[in-house]
Amino acid sequence: MSADPTPGSAPGPADSTPDAAGVAVAVAPARPQPSGGHAIEGRSPWQLAWIHLRKDRAAMISLAFILLLALLSVSAPLLAHWIGWSPTDQDRTQGLTVDGLPVGPSGRHLLGTDNLGRDILVRVLYGSQVSLLVGVVSTLLAVAMGVLVGLVAGYFGSAVDTVLSRVMDLVLSFPFLLFAIALVSIFGSSLAISVFVIAFFSWAAVGRIVRGQTLSIREKEYIEAARSLGAGDLRIMFVDVLPNLLAPVIVYTTLLIPIAIVFEATLSFLGLGVVPPAPTWGNMLSDSLDFYQVAWWFPLFPGLALLLTTLAFNLLGDGVRDALDPRAERLFQD
Amino acid sequence: MSEPLMTEPPTTEPPTAEPLVEVREAVKYFPIRQGIVFKREVGRVHAVEGVSLTVRRGETLGLVGETGCGKSTLARCITKLHPLTSGTLLFEGRDITGLSRSQVRPFRRRMQMIFQDPYGSLNPRRRVGSIIGDPFAIHGEGARDERKPRVQELMELVGLNPEHYNRFPAEFSGGQRQRIGVARALALKPSLIVADEPVSALDVSIQAQILNLLEDLQREFGLTYVFISHDLSVVRHVSDRIAVMYLGQVVELAASEELHGRPRHPYTNALLSAASVADPDQAAARQRIVLAGDVPSPIAPPTGCRFHPRCPKAQEICVQQTPPLLAAAGDPDAHLTACHFPVEPGEDLTRVTATIPEEERAE
Repeated sequence: MSADPTPGSAPGPADSTPDAAGVAVAVAPARPQPSGGHAIEGRSPWQLAWIHLRKDRAAMISLAFILLLALLSVSAPLLAHWIGWSPTDQDRTQGLTVDGLPVGPSGRHLLGTDNLGRDILVRVLYGSQVSLLVGVVSTLLAVAMGVLVGLVAGYFGSAVDTVLSRVMDLVLSFPFLLFAIALVSIFGSSLAISVFVIAFFSWAAVGRIVRGQTLSIREKEYIEAARSLGAGDLRIMFVDVLPNLLAPVIVYTTLLIPIAIVFEATLSFLGLGVVPPAPTWGNMLSDSLDFYQVAWWFPLFPGLALLLTTLAFNLLGDGVRDALDPRAERLFQD
Repeated sequence: MSEPLMTEPPTTEPPTAEPLVEVREAVKYFPIRQGIVFKREVGRVHAVEGVSLTVRRGETLGLVGETGCGKSTLARCITKLHPLTSGTLLFEGRDITGLSRSQVRPFRRRMQMIFQDPYGSLNPRRRVGSIIGDPFAIHGEGARDERKPRVQELMELVGLNPEHYNRFPAEFSGGQRQRIGVARALALKPSLIVADEPVSALDVSIQAQILNLLEDLQREFGLTYVFISHDLSVVRHVSDRIAVMYLGQVVELAASEELHGRPRHPYTNALLSAASVADPDQAAARQRIVLAGDVPSPIAPPTGCRFHPRCPKAQEICVQQTPPLLAAAGDPDAHLTACHFPVEPGEDLTRVTATIPEEERAE
């Protein structure tokens, strides 16, 4: 070949400063310069999905709600300090009526008090910490486990697949509540146990989805191409197969978080989750059972928080699925 | 441009006789399994059966045949994507038949593949730069930041804009995608490139561009090609020698012009008569040899000569004996035909009829 592609700019191609690229162009104006800083950036499928997602109003409102909730739960101690009640503080003067019943919403307690005279607003805020933490952490654990098992099962196939698929079937056929009660009675209830139990019962569903996708991706020609280049199994699994699984995995993750949140609330409701007096939406609902006829605010606000949060995650999940699904009907939305 | 890509000076000499790849009695069966938990073998697809071939350094060997005749399987056996059921495979004089995956790795640098489907052979979720840089990453060549200029050099070499480094495959046309595939195959300076129908998925106008690119690269880097196609005119254009395959066997092997000038196997004759001719007068004048029936199932291939159920010249011996691949009487040594009754020049195959029993013939 006659010409060196980068005449007079030895460090040019790798150099990303606009100056260096400018010099290179000045030296050889006729040739397109492979200058790193000015390389044409393709719109990635993720960018396209984001553009699509941004047009989905329900999903964007949900996302805003989730971000707001996350912000509120992170700053709960600050807010509690500002409101003036900690989640376990009992308002001994005006927290209960003379009959010992919860007090309704007022200037002193914006969302009212519970049966022990504690501020419901602060407790709902603190409860969101538990819900989001357990929901997100257990989902991430479940997804990591499910992706790993599903990838291995789908990629290697044959005996490995048979064994792992049966394990997934087994996990999916477990009666989760009985198992959770048994585990808690052995190890005692704690946040970690809740996370573990929820993750344990969620990963198999992810594993099945990933396995199915891997089975079809494995047969693609680009996998064969990678193999012909000499790529090892690990590299093919994580560099070539995994990026193609991310779309379904992300969709499933956003849909799994609300399930995990409800799961955690269920455990707390049954007294199997986080130990009282630490507030969770589940144990607040459980406490309110005896009082809902006289104190509507007591079950309403934790219940509403739970409802809105799961709804937001579900709507966001739907939006993400639509945005990532190339077959979705987009003709009439653009 | 060639200096950083090639350690040895590019060879411009005519093809030498030195064999680069030798395939001896290659057999590839795919088992057909049934059962849900306990799978048992209920049959076999005889994809490649007893193929012996030599690919010489610097030449282009064309492999032609109908869909399902085993040419792609043979290509994947040569590049060690499928293990051979039996037979031997020699690469640069070394027996690589029984090597494990890790033992084959050093050889992978020397033999690369270009795939048929420019849409399927590039990972849609990865950027073009990282796809072309894959060979470097896999074989641990160069640090991450060193690879980029090399990848961009390759992109320029195959006629792509190096600035498109960060784009995704979906943003390229079919022809450009095939160029990406070519760049990836060239990255490690291989000596052999197996091209599995590299142009059959492309528009005719783009086909020529890719073929010319492959030809230029061959001249520049002294590459050896195994070129698979079902398009005879394409194969004729690029190949030095052509092997015609039918149902997993090579039925005729000859230099490109020799094969087109004096096809000896009845199947080759039929194939050539079916190839498209650019001149409408010639096309109207020629007589097409229309074969009876379909290609038989490779699960239970016919006995004897595998072509006998459809062959207009078939006789009793064709049903019983498999003809060896030999130079027929009056042919040069390099022209091999596997036929009991090679077609004589000037013989009209549309006028002969087979003399084998009715039940042996295809519908």
